Amino acid sequence: MLELKNVCFTVNDGTTDLNIVNDVSLVIPDGKFVVITGPNGGGKSTLARLIMGIEKPTSGKIIFNGTDITDKSVTQRAKLGIGYAFQQPPRFKGLTVRSLLSLAHGSELPEDQCCSYLTKVGLCSRDYLNREVDTSLSGGEVKRIEIATLMARDLDLAIYDEPEAGIDLWSFTMLVESFKAMMSDRKESIIIISHQERIMQLADEIVVIADGKIRNQGPKDEVFPRLMGEFDGGCNFR
Amino acid sequence: MEKIDFSMLGKIADITEIPSVGAYNIRKNGLGVERKSTENIEIIPKTDKNGIDIKIKPGTKAEKVHIPVIITEEGVNDVVYNDFYIGEGADVEIVAGCGIHNSGCNTSEHDGIHRFFIGKNARVKYVEKHYGEGEGTGQKILNPVTQVFMEENSYCEMEMVQIEGVDSTLRETEVNLEAGAKYVVLEKLMTHDEQKAESNMVINLNGKDASAQIISRSVAKNNSEQIFKPTAVGNADCKAHVQCDSIIMDNAKISSVPAITANNADAQIVHEAAIGRINNDQLLKLMTFGMNEEEAENVIVQGFLA
Repeated sequence: MLELKNVCFTVNDGTTDLNIVNDVSLVIPDGKFVVITGPNGGGKSTLARLIMGIEKPTSGKIIFNGTDITDKSVTQRAKLGIGYAFQQPPRFKGLTVRSLLSLAHGSELPEDQCCSYLTKVGLCSRDYLNREVDTSLSGGEVKRIEIATLMARDLDLAIYDEPEAGIDLWSFTMLVESFKAMMSDRKESIIIISHQERIMQLADEIVVIADGKIRNQGPKDEVFPRLMGEFDGGCNFR
Repeated sequence: MEKIDFSMLGKIADITEIPSVGAYNIRKNGLGVERKSTENIEIIPKTDKNGIDIKIKPGTKAEKVHIPVIITEEGVNDVVYNDFYIGEGADVEIVAGCGIHNSGCNTSEHDGIHRFFIGKNARVKYVEKHYGEGEGTGQKILNPVTQVFMEENSYCEMEMVQIEGVDSTLRETEVNLEAGAKYVVLEKLMTHDEQKAESNMVINLNGKDASAQIISRSVAKNNSEQIFKPTAVGNADCKAHVQCDSIIMDNAKISSVPAITANNADAQIVHEAAIGRINNDQLLKLMTFGMNEEEAENVIVQGFLA
């Protein structure tokens, strides 16, 4: 279980303090699939980075499976079973898809297992296994490989920061299918930062974040219709 | 041959024992210690100076030659002249490499002067790895000179690697291509501490449809310094691509100066060069796999030079 207690993240732009995340308290129970949504610049991605430890909260506490991880590093949190898929995954000259998956797994992965992860994200493994994760791959391909690296890990909590960002419509359809497939045999909790209705439809719970605060939170069937109402009113989260 | 010899041979030539197949010449501390010719590959010691002639019969297919050099003593200054004659239509792999283990305080140096005469339609893959080790203060210096003469429609692929531990290197490479010949070189170099490396390459594309691909990847750590000057000269209707890519760390200095010259209006030559530090997101990504920063950095460097 992940618990955020009064988490704040403030930056100073030279003259004033900006509250990017403002007193957020949230509980993600074990095995839940939670979509965090809300307008751009509302603090969603920062929240994900705070959970992974890429940013440190200005105040508040983060508790994971009973351990206070507020002061723990990215590496320590990773070892406790938290995984994070970047919105814009970095590329690595010289590292093959296969070696990246093995690094994610923590030991050499057998070829058939690499292939099964790649197949799950809609990539034909034969074509990709020995390709370098460099600029020769398209944005959509890199995003799907990014998701595969989380599958290759043994996680208690997987965080995906806007998996749909920067990928084309066709890749997005594949991505939704990938997440659907993941639902069937997963044990970990999942947090996905997303604007996409089709991803929200997969969630157990939806959390709406705007201006650094939780504006709305609850089971998908309650929150989703209200969100759609906002869209109808001309408020587009993009 | 001692245990330490094979440990170094493993690093520089991927062999951990005397090869059971193929030709070989193993040179240690300035002397040839093991040598074997085969029916198609003849290794003949030179009589006028240090070195060997490697004569590969026309049409030889899928054979391998190992010619590693190891230096395990301090104060050795070994200059060796090796000439490779690769017959028409042959298809062979040549594994060279030099390892210096210097535990003393005097400089040990190996300068391999290699010339390749590649016959029509022949194919050569050449791998050369340089490595230095030893707890002594004695410098480990490697100054290789490589000259390649490629006849019509021949193909040559060279992988030239400096793994680590080489205090100073000056690498001179010159390649001359006739019509239809294709040359691919991948130079991979790592320097650390106070090491210095300079690599100069001149690729002359002299015949129609000659082509060359020059790829240089390097990592400079600590206070080390690197200078790259690859030059492609198009003297005919030809194609060449020069690519230099470096990771810079700590207080290192890298200078990358690719040059292209066209002496024919049909020559198409491109160069690109990039130097940059390891990107923070790359480190973070690997840290989200549970690595610490140092481990992540190592993975990135090893992958880049793999």
